Amino acid sequence: MRRVVITGMGVFSAAGKNKESFFQNLTRGESGIRRITQFDPAPLSVQIAAEISDYNPNDYFPAKRQDLLDRFAQFALIAAGEAMESSGITVKEEDRPRFGVVMGSGMGGAGSFDAGYHNLYARQATRLHPFTIPKIMHNAATSQVCMEYGAQGPALATATACSSSGHAIGEAFHLIKFGLADVMLAGGADAPITYGMMRCWESVRILALGNGNPRTACRPFSADREGLVIGEGAGVLLLEELSHATRRGARIYGEVAGYGMSSDATHITQPTVDGPARAIRMALEEAGHRPEEIDYINAHGTGTRLNDPTETQVVKAVFKDHARKVAISSTKSMHGHVMGATGAVELVATVMALECGVIPPTANYTQPDPECDLDYVPNQAREKPIQVALSNSFAFGGLNAVLLVRRWDG
Amino acid sequence: MDAGEKVMEIIAREQHLEPSKVTMDSTFAELGIDSLDGVNILFALEEEFKIDIPDAVAQNMKSVRQVVDSLTRVLEGKDVSDLTAMAKGGTPAVSN
Repeated sequence: MRRVVITGMGVFSAAGKNKESFFQNLTRGESGIRRITQFDPAPLSVQIAAEISDYNPNDYFPAKRQDLLDRFAQFALIAAGEAMESSGITVKEEDRPRFGVVMGSGMGGAGSFDAGYHNLYARQATRLHPFTIPKIMHNAATSQVCMEYGAQGPALATATACSSSGHAIGEAFHLIKFGLADVMLAGGADAPITYGMMRCWESVRILALGNGNPRTACRPFSADREGLVIGEGAGVLLLEELSHATRRGARIYGEVAGYGMSSDATHITQPTVDGPARAIRMALEEAGHRPEEIDYINAHGTGTRLNDPTETQVVKAVFKDHARKVAISSTKSMHGHVMGATGAVELVATVMALECGVIPPTANYTQPDPECDLDYVPNQAREKPIQVALSNSFAFGGLNAVLLVRRWDG
Repeated sequence: MDAGEKVMEIIAREQHLEPSKVTMDSTFAELGIDSLDGVNILFALEEEFKIDIPDAVAQNMKSVRQVVDSLTRVLEGKDVSDLTAMAKGGTPAVSN
């Protein structure tokens, strides 16, 4: 059986622009949520987001390249760059057909969409910029990453809302495990902080307002939680077949050992207990682990009224007595809900927790909720050796992706 | 500024090239202008001159001089049916 290990990681987020600063901020409980700066949010009821506010594309891309890159694809390339660099890999010309890419995105080129429609409807433009299509398409991130690194193997894009990058990494894991590729870059990117997109989300009435202090706006599992906070960024992991990695003496950050996916098939927005529970059981079964062997769960933990108690019931349904012993945290409290990138960003946090033996907390936790009565690692990072961890992604549309990762001790 | 200068300025701007690199005799190939760059330049010209450049005319633009010639004819409201015919693989109705 082919095993799949993580040999590179990159993250670009409001909570940190590389994996080290990101994990340091998470373990300090430092939130990246602030007032929106990309446009004047004054007309909105929700004026906050986990935004990479001091981002300047000129620091990363030449002008000609920028013309064809929406903000989400830029983020994808930056995180992929860190993943490649941290892996130390060089893919030989003849190995390129065995090197692939799977990137997820919930919203694609939202900013380019918004700008195009503004020109069309508000400014009565009769023609739109010809780069609109290559910038907005959901597969732009995948294709740009393929082009950047000459990845000619299996490549696709996932668009399963908040599970997009969970599915992307899971599919890439299986492509390697089942012999279709040896090396895969997998993750996700989203840049949904646009006036139009914020208006769309605002109308769903599940966003935290963050009046007073944006930093503490996202309070998953806390009784006073008021909703999710939209974030932007990217996370990318380099997955590699084990013998391929060991032959080149690669540093191994962890092993992807299980992947579960399921569909609720009930409601377009309301989560169920059964669907996510089945996805977790699938991941456990593939990896050959019993529930009581799981030390840490990086929760979906959006901070909405509905998600957090439902996810709590999911954990109880699968883990029974062990549910009270497993450490659970939602790092969305700090990096926000990065939409299609969130599964990848959270898997980076999970793998770093395995590596460092430090569990990042659920920040901004103030009051226990009787319906959320498990160990959410409130506010303080916890030093604890962990061997096996899960990362949950449960999407609007009832599509669930769960990844199981194991510590690598060589 | 005449149409030729404006076209060269727009091509340099859209391709992020030094203006001195773009001359009336430059071909799109020499300037590294691929098909997608080409439609971007057409878009910029249409915006600048507030005109519509028909697809048939656009297909004949492979050099700076061709762009300027075709554009001038569109701007002057001249008949461009020969270009249309050429694009369809026919013989030009008018040769000049």
